[in-house]
Amino acid sequence: MALATLANREVHVDEEGFMTEYDEWDEEMAAALAANIGIELTDAHWKAINFLREDYKENDVTPTLRRVTNTGGIPTKELFALFPKKPAKKMAYIAGVPKPAGCV
Amino acid sequence: MKRLLVLGAGTAGTMVVNKLRPRLDDAEWKITIVDQEPTHHYQPGYLFLPFGDYRPEEVVKPKKKFIPDGVELVMAEIDRVDPAENRVFLADGTELEFDQLVIATGTTPRPDETPGMAEDEWRKSVHEFYTFEGATALGEKLAAWEGGRLVVHITEMPIKCPVAPLEFTFLADDFFKKKGMRDQVEITYVTPLDGAFTKPVASKHLGDMLSERKVVVEPDFMIERVDNESKTIVSFDEREVPFDLLVTVPLNMGADFVARSGLGDELNFVPVDQGTLLSTAHDNIFAVGDASNIPASKAGSVAHFAVEIFTDNFLEHIAGRPMTGAFDGHANCFVESGDGKGMLIDFNYTTEPLPGKYPLPGVGPFSLLKETEMNHYGKLAFRWMYWNLLLPGKELPLPALMSMVGKEQEEVAQ
Repeated sequence: MALATLANREVHVDEEGFMTEYDEWDEEMAAALAANIGIELTDAHWKAINFLREDYKENDVTPTLRRVTNTGGIPTKELFALFPKKPAKKMAYIAGVPKPAGCV
Repeated sequence: MKRLLVLGAGTAGTMVVNKLRPRLDDAEWKITIVDQEPTHHYQPGYLFLPFGDYRPEEVVKPKKKFIPDGVELVMAEIDRVDPAENRVFLADGTELEFDQLVIATGTTPRPDETPGMAEDEWRKSVHEFYTFEGATALGEKLAAWEGGRLVVHITEMPIKCPVAPLEFTFLADDFFKKKGMRDQVEITYVTPLDGAFTKPVASKHLGDMLSERKVVVEPDFMIERVDNESKTIVSFDEREVPFDLLVTVPLNMGADFVARSGLGDELNFVPVDQGTLLSTAHDNIFAVGDASNIPASKAGSVAHFAVEIFTDNFLEHIAGRPMTGAFDGHANCFVESGDGKGMLIDFNYTTEPLPGKYPLPGVGPFSLLKETEMNHYGKLAFRWMYWNLLLPGKELPLPALMSMVGKEQEEVAQ
């Protein structure tokens, strides 16, 4: 576990830079994290990020792309437009929740 | 009289009843297992059917043969579970009550979930090898195929036996070489993952094996649809991969009754504690094998190791004691690599597949993450072990929990 400085504060991150403490995250940090990967946040991005935050809080698991589409109501196509190439990973990174388990 | 009801007489369900029947008092516990299919398929054998290496009768046997005396086998379709009333409704109207329920109904390929997949070109230029019919049809196709663009494709994770599409690719390369037509076939491996496999060390080894075989990898590809007219697969971010022969691994989902019963996640897998396999929602419902949502490979070896831990836990659970065993996600898979060779990988929730040696008293050691003939014979020998030792619930000389003995830590070159 390492420390990184985001929006002028020290936060805990894993080796890939994903925040590891749910409560250290705030909206300013989301903007900083997004900027790190070349994304400027719009309302559409926020809808996805807020869904990830709430769903993670409830279930303790980062939602899959399928869940963001089915339960969060955001079409997969739109998620690819908002978070190009790797939406599941990028959304989790910005929302300060663990990297999706992907699979095994 | 109490009842243990097991849904699904596949690999996991069959092992559960074979392990538990001798350990539960006949006078106290009735065991019933429900399934709608009369035959048990040795699914690892499907991989070889497309290349004509197995005869169909080597991979199919009657289920009844593997259900022990003292266990009632009910052949019926499951309609739904009522977890509040501890009752299962069968499609024919029968109701079965339970004290403890084990869901072991696995996962199935759902080509109809991807637009265009199961349409005009299905079983013509669009194939799969995860069903007996599919693997057989693909065998007929390959025997007559004159070459072109072969695309091996994974729709979405998780899938049953996550190494199988890689094995298929290695075996296809070998098959075309032996037919003297490898230069007439272009092979592309299309995956939603960011590399050949999920874990870094194995992904690098397997990725190198693909490039040695001149297979192009198309990573991060999330399929939106199959275009039957232009014969291309199209991703959500509008990339297109053309094919003459598409061998896809369709979306995998758990049984529909799981969804109807309100017991599943988005893909109808049952959320459970990953150490005990007990449902997170119900204290008398377990899910074993591919049916659960544990973050492990959906594979027979995982089911086997998990059932070993589950058996002792279950006895503690029904005695009202806390369950003391914790499954670690252990998987142990032979990976066919073509030309009579294979590799072995051994891993769990937290330790990725590593190189080294896998010790096995009397037989081994097998080499980990390395192509050897010994590993190929291990894979072939496993079919005998499956029918004769594993399904009947006999002891295998394999520890249920993963061991670090023989494994080498290795840095991945970035």
